[in-house]
Parts: sequence; structure tokens; C-alpha cells
Amino acid sequence: MAKNTNSTSYEFYKQKNKEEMKYQLITFALMIIFTLVSFGMVIAEYNPMFTIPVIILLACVQVGFQLYYFMHMSHKGHGLPALFLYSGVFVALLTVLAMVTIVWW
Amino acid sequence: MSTATAQKKGFGATLWDYLTTVDHKKIAILYLVAGGIFFLAGGLEAMLIRIQLAVPDNDFVSAGLYNQLITMHGTTMIFLAAMPLIFALMNIAVPLQIGARDVAFPFLNSLGFWLFFFGGVLLNVSWFTGGAPDAGWTAYAPLSTTSPGHGVDYYVMGLQISGAGTLIGGINFLVTIVNMRAPGMTYMRMPLFTWTAFVTSVLILFAFPALTVGLFLMMFDRMFGANFFDPQMGGNHVIWEHLFWIFGHPEVYILVLPIFGLFSDIISTFSKKRLFGYSAMVFAVVLIGFLGFMVWAHHMFTTGLGPVANSIFAIATMAIAVPTGIKIFNWIFTMWGGSIRMTTPMLWTVAFIPSFTLGGFGGVMLAAAAADYQYHDTYFVVAHFHYVIVGGVVFGVFAGLHYWWPKFFGTMLSEKLGKLAFWPFFIGFHLTFFIQHFLGLMGMPRRYWKFLPNQDLDLGNLVSTIGAFLMAIGAVIFLINVIVTSVKGEKVSGDPWDGRTLEWSIPSPPPFYNFTQTPLVRGLDPLWIEKRQGNGKMTPAEPLGDIHMPNNSFIPFVMSLGLFIAGFGFIYQVDDKNWLIVGIAGMLITLGSMFVRSVKDDLGYHIHKEDLEKGAGSE
Repeated sequence: MAKNTNSTSYEFYKQKNKEEMKYQLITFALMIIFTLVSFGMVIAEYNPMFTIPVIILLACVQVGFQLYYFMHMSHKGHGLPALFLYSGVFVALLTVLAMVTIVWW
Repeated sequence: MSTATAQKKGFGATLWDYLTTVDHKKIAILYLVAGGIFFLAGGLEAMLIRIQLAVPDNDFVSAGLYNQLITMHGTTMIFLAAMPLIFALMNIAVPLQIGARDVAFPFLNSLGFWLFFFGGVLLNVSWFTGGAPDAGWTAYAPLSTTSPGHGVDYYVMGLQISGAGTLIGGINFLVTIVNMRAPGMTYMRMPLFTWTAFVTSVLILFAFPALTVGLFLMMFDRMFGANFFDPQMGGNHVIWEHLFWIFGHPEVYILVLPIFGLFSDIISTFSKKRLFGYSAMVFAVVLIGFLGFMVWAHHMFTTGLGPVANSIFAIATMAIAVPTGIKIFNWIFTMWGGSIRMTTPMLWTVAFIPSFTLGGFGGVMLAAAAADYQYHDTYFVVAHFHYVIVGGVVFGVFAGLHYWWPKFFGTMLSEKLGKLAFWPFFIGFHLTFFIQHFLGLMGMPRRYWKFLPNQDLDLGNLVSTIGAFLMAIGAVIFLINVIVTSVKGEKVSGDPWDGRTLEWSIPSPPPFYNFTQTPLVRGLDPLWIEKRQGNGKMTPAEPLGDIHMPNNSFIPFVMSLGLFIAGFGFIYQVDDKNWLIVGIAGMLITLGSMFVRSVKDDLGYHIHKEDLEKGAGSE
């Protein structure tokens, strides 16, 4: 891009980077809020049956943010890594599910 | 480092070349030789087992030795023979089939081999140091955690080291196939062998960590006083079974899928037809790989998982018969109406189809959870898995070696001796294992040292032993074939089989940089397209230019040697803590060589355009 002195394309990338920065800031703020909410629920001593699932849910959303907005999985050309990531998650979940349901339960 | 000169090298130089090589074709030969030696060792163990069971109440080997023999036969054949032979075929063929100059990480390729090799040697050292592992190849806890002596410790350390090598190899092939395909080689134009190598590598990536975790837990239980598998201390020995089979079931697909791909290529080549239902074949391979992760508990139906879990796993298991059936029918339809040449590879392939299908039938029978209570741990199971592994993987390795021998060594195995080796092996195989189905149904349990006379088991076992000897004769004829071929040393052309895929567009053996110019791929079976529509040669996708090659390296050998030494330290520190020094020393060698690798820049070298024009490296 450094070689490209074309002003239209420069403007285009500038705009794009700006937008990306915006998303990163928003997700960063959201992640901090999620963490505060999690801590808050524990400090407020809500029923653990409510707190634990909510914290796990928030954690999953945070992982998604991390992958898509900070590690650029939303960009083009990341389809295959995403596929492998999800396959790995699937196999790991299956393993844990089997252990929980038929070994330890 | 110039290999441009084609002079004859001395033995020492050749040895050093192989110890340090990062060339995928030489690593394939290393895998072939090491895997072949372990295959012979495993075969010898099998012969001893069959001699012991030839007659009732035999005392040929002692009970303890028998346990070691069955354990080492299974472990050796799966991890040290079948896996490396598959890797030999993948190494020789995959980069050539996708038009690449090497794998993505040549250094890691070499490291993967040496880790496997030293792990295998470590495992077999146990024969000479007071007894091999004796808890079965599955090493179920608590038998394995309480087995006296160091046999099972060798099992744990040996498999841990060689498993790391396999994992590295799998990741390497994934990256190679994703990133290094020649221009025009889209996913749906890849030869089926490359496709199956890809899916197999995915399975390796996801399945081997389960084994690694299982072996770590076992290691801590046996050597460092942990209690993961001890119910009295709050552990649970069923966890080992789960971890082992979460790895173990995908493992059998890891073994057989590349063979499926190989047979697809062979059938298509020797029927002079495009593979019937290419996209269905690809779909079936991916589906088998996917389903392969959801069926592991069918090895544990009698463990007491409960009827719901048993039913789920039974149905999932039967579902695998569907994609496998798709493949069987597609192979038959490819041959249908084709102009078939019954060469040796094709002979093994045609023999594979009914043999493997029989194994599949046994598998569906075993999948019926309720009926499995009858079959479990009998010779029926032994017959089933030998039908799929010998009838699938071993037939496939023989077919693949005959098929790609020109790419390995530039010579052709004798067709006459090849067919002569086939018949005793094929007949012996069915003689050995078909009757074991009935022995199993009659109630003969597996892994027992001896059986009593006059229980209708005598004749069946004798027949089985005779079959085993026929298989040994077949294997020996194959070895003679190898020796005769290499002594004769008649070089062949680059395309002796009238092939369809890219590996046949370059000389046999290929120059060390494979492709002088990266080929342009115009469709499935690229070379065949050029033969029909072009001038029979691949069109280059790039102008002739300098080729960047990696330097040879001795570091992978040293790195693996360090872990090998550390293995002994960890095994014997149970008796005497001073052995920890050996363990630490070994780890220091490994970490030291990793450090050297990290800080030393190794940028490789270039073969210059002018040298290429003069024919460098084409010998």
C-alpha cells in the first residue's frame, strides 16, 4: 500500500482502518463491561445457578470478540482457520460432553 | 552445499545425507525402511503367536512372554509399521501430486520422522531390558497401571515420543496441501490420494492430542505417584478407555483413508477412466472423517455405559457404513467398462475390495450393541480388525509401493515376482483370519495364552497358523523382489504406468527440486488432460527461474535423540532418583538444539537458473 499513491484508494483504506478502529474500541469497551458485570454478579451474591451460566455465556461472547475483532478472523481468507477452529471446538466439546454424561454423572 | 554434481558418493556420505536430509522423497525412503523393519518385527511376533496357538495346550512360549508378544505385535503394527508406511506414501506422493517442490516445513518433516524413529526404538529396547509392555496394545487401566516391571513405562514413553512425531507430520501435510498447490490445482481437482492425506492429517491433528493427554496421565500414574486411574484414590479407570478410544477410533481411519485414496488413484489409472463420482468420493472421505469422531464408545459397549449411550454409539457406527458403501460402489463403477490392466498394484486393489467389505460386514455386526456382548473380546473381534487393517492397509501399502516404486527409487518392482508374492499372501490372509470369525463365535477369547484340546478349536487354530505361514511366504517373496529389483537397477521412464496425475509428469526418481517449473493445472487428472488435449507435457505456470531450497540439518536427529535419552531417565527414576540426571541431560540436549535452531538463521540456498538449464540434479 505504501507504493500506492492513488488518493482514492488511500482515502478508501483510511476510511476502512478508521471503521475497524471503531469496532475494536467498541468491542474493547464491551469486554470490559462484560468483565465488570461478571464481577458484579459474584459480589452481589446472586444465585449461583443464575450467575454461572451467565458468566459462561459472557465468556463465550468475549472469545468471539477476541477472535473476530482482535485476531482478524472476520477478514477475508480466514475461512479455513475458522473451519479448523470450529472442528477442534466440536471435537473438544464432544469429549467433554461424553466425560460429563457417561463417566462422571 | 551443491548437489548439482551427480557423482557416486561413499557410504559415509550417503549415511550423513540421510541423517540430515530435509527432502521429502528421502524422508519417504527413511519412513519406508524404518516402517518396513518394524513391520518385519511385528510380523515375527505374529508368527510366534500363531506357533503358540497352532496346537492346543502348547508350551512354545511362556504366558508372560505371550502377553508381551500380543502387546508388542499390536503396538508395533499400528504405531511403528502402518503409520510410517502411510507416511512414506504420503511423503513420496503428496508434494508431487499437488505440484509442490517440497512440503511446507521440510525441517519439521525430518523432525517428525526422527521422533517417530526414536520412539519406536525406545519401545523395542524394552525387549532387552527385562520385558516388553504386557498390558495389551490398548493398555487398559488398572492392568497397565499395576503391571510390574518397566514394560508399560516403555510403552508410555515410546508412544509419547513417536506420537509427537506423527502430530508434527500431520500438521505439516495440512499446511502443505492448503498452501502449496500448483496454480490451477483447486481443492476439487486434487487427486483422491491427496484429498485423503488431507483428511487423515485433520484426523491426526484432532485425535492425537487425546492420546497425548491419556499417556501423560498414565505416565504420572506410573512414574510420579498420581492417581488419575485409581478408583480407590478418587480416580476413574474408565477415563483411560475413553481417552484411548477417542484417539484410537480416528486412528483406524487415519490408517485406512490414505489407502482409500491410493486405491482410487490406482483404479482410475489402470481402468483408463476418470474416477466415477469424484465429488461423491471426496464427500464420503470427509464424512467418514467427521463420523469417525463420534463412534469411539463402540469399543466399550460392555464397559457399562448404559443403554442410551450404547444405542447412540451403535447407530453412529452403522452410519459409517453409508459413506464407505459409496466408496466401494464408486470403485466398482470406475472399473465398470474401463480398459482394465491387471498389474500388481491393480491386483492388490481388486483383492482389497471384497476383503475390506468382509471386514466391514463384521464391523456392522459388532456395532449392534446388544449382539456385541456375545462377540466382545473374542476372536471375532480379532478377525474383524485384521480384515480391515490387513485387507485394507497392508494390501494398500503393497499396492502403493508397487505403484510408486519408480518415484521412490527410479526402478520398477518385478511384475512377475509381485504377483507371485500376492497369491500366497492373499490366500494366507483369508485362511488365517476368516476362520477366526468362527473361532470367536464358538467362544474362543482373544489374548489367551493357550486353549484346551477337544473343544472344537483345534482344527480352526491349525488352519489359522498355516495361513499365517503363507502370509510370511508372500512377504518374503516381496522382499526378494525388492532385492532383485535394486540389484538389477534398471531405470524406468518418468511415466511407466501411463499415469494421470502430476507425479508422472516428472522423471523417476524426480530431481531433488521436483519441478523445474511449477506446472499449470487445467483440471482433474492434469497429466491425462495434457495427454488427450495437449502435447502430453504439463504447461509451465512460471518462467524458468532460481529455485529456493532448504539446507540439510542434523538438528532434528539430535533433538529426537535428546528425548530418547530423557525417556530412559524418566523410566528408571522410579527405581533410583539419580536417573533423573539422565532425564534432565536428555531434555537439555533437546532444548539446546531447539535453542540453536531458533537463534541460527538458516535461509537455505538457491539453485541458479543457469545450472537448471544445464540439467542440475536430474542425475
